[in-house]
Amino acid sequence: MNKLLDLLRQNARLSNAELATMLGITEAEVAAQIKQLEADGILMGYTAIINEESVDETRVTAIIEIKVAPMKGKGFDDLAHTIMEYDEVDSVFLLSGAYDLSVTVTGTSLRKVALFVSERLSALDGVISTATHFILKRYKEKNHVFSEDSTDERSLVSP
Amino acid sequence: MIDYDKILPEHITGIQPSGIRKFFDIAQQVEGVISLSVGEPDFKTPWAVRKEAIRVLEKGRTAYTANSGLIELRRAISDYLKDTIHTEYSPDKEIIVTVGGSEAIDMALRTLVQAGDEVLVPEPSFVCYSPLVSVCGGTPVPIVTKREDNFRLTAEALKEKITPKTKALVLPFPNNPTGAVMRREHLEQIADVLRGTDIIVLSDEIYSEMTYNGAKHVSFAEIDGMRERTIVINGFSKAFAMTGWRLGYAAGPQPIMKQMLKLHQYCIMSSPTVSQYAAITALRSCREEVDKMIEEYDMRRRLLVKGFNDMGLDCFEPEGAFYVFPCIKSTGMTSAEFCEKLIYGKKVAVVPGSAFGESGEGFVRVSYAYSVQHLTTALGRIREFLEEIKK
Repeated sequence: MNKLLDLLRQNARLSNAELATMLGITEAEVAAQIKQLEADGILMGYTAIINEESVDETRVTAIIEIKVAPMKGKGFDDLAHTIMEYDEVDSVFLLSGAYDLSVTVTGTSLRKVALFVSERLSALDGVISTATHFILKRYKEKNHVFSEDSTDERSLVSP
Repeated sequence: MIDYDKILPEHITGIQPSGIRKFFDIAQQVEGVISLSVGEPDFKTPWAVRKEAIRVLEKGRTAYTANSGLIELRRAISDYLKDTIHTEYSPDKEIIVTVGGSEAIDMALRTLVQAGDEVLVPEPSFVCYSPLVSVCGGTPVPIVTKREDNFRLTAEALKEKITPKTKALVLPFPNNPTGAVMRREHLEQIADVLRGTDIIVLSDEIYSEMTYNGAKHVSFAEIDGMRERTIVINGFSKAFAMTGWRLGYAAGPQPIMKQMLKLHQYCIMSSPTVSQYAAITALRSCREEVDKMIEEYDMRRRLLVKGFNDMGLDCFEPEGAFYVFPCIKSTGMTSAEFCEKLIYGKKVAVVPGSAFGESGEGFVRVSYAYSVQHLTTALGRIREFLEEIKK
């Protein structure tokens, strides 16, 4: 288990100095490890966790299940690559189970997302069917709890 | 009209309220405080433990248990002590499950202490020992531990305070509030002083799981020949993040435990049943969760020690518990002043060291039972505070 990755998973904004202190290594070592993890394609980027629906009420995110027809000589990769080219698409996963691809799409309105799915995704070669699920509320994402009442229950001062 | 002053006995009314309590009242008046002053884990009790409690509740296991606790739990405690402090205690005769470590401390003191006895209490330390000794008619005798000794109890300091009246020594390590630990070599020196005396040691090891820098906790009971004079006190609150379950235990030589059990039986009957069942799960299957919590505490500890030293407040590196104890003498304030100004000025609550005995003056207790983000925000505010008071 990589402790550095664990810390970055929790909070990617910690400075190298803070990370070094917490891990008991030097700042230079932290910088070197991060550089290596980036070079190895393990650390892919650093983004914020945002409660999107609170930023803009009309902004919507949908998770779209896509069933794919197996085609001779073409794996799922081709279709996945086509889908991920769209700017509206946040993430694309290949899944085991009842459907094949899970695609996350964000848009400025419900209508725009729905149209994107019906006009762009459904129309792609190899797509058998789609099912669109709009996110209504975020409870927890990337281990961060979104609930309104996540206050500390402990008393302010205790022995 | 009853004149309460007349009827309430002086040995009760004379007890000073905890300094922590006083500070709590101040902290509560200020809105939007970030607290660094709690003495309990920020982690939730491991899910397996909570689930077990739900299961036994569903099954309706809500009756009293044996006075000394469920035998399965006492066996689990006995195994745990064998594993961790390499000392054998009979589950039948030498272990009592108590309502938190606090009850165990109280029962042990009441079992041992009578009027005229002296009990040695290293300070700074947790607030309950001296008042409980006084209630028994005993005299608490503080032994000051010092920054230059890394807040360890030394053989010399101990020797100075021993008199023919000395009945017991409290050994509160890993220590709240200093974070000091006694390693094996330090305990050996204490043992050398006590060997040949009848002094009983109350070893409060509630923070035993929280040790760092590879220094695994060593119990005084492990030291050659010391088992017969040691009552080991521990519990589930800190190690398993189970403060509200109120469950602890005492383990010690049978003749003492036999007497203690009588008191426990009359005062408590038996400790909370659901908590006891849940505690078996804690001991038997939560090693991984505990290790993870300790690792997390360790990272925060380093962050705080460096943070305080960098801002010019000398902070020794504690090797146990979840507190750091920086020195604030360079600000020219008393610890109570420092804490009040900090809370009113920057809305950060830390506990004055003086709440843990006179020798804590000049220091403040800072808890790191908080998320890293919370800690870095608080450190930032304390840094600002120091810069402002310099002007």
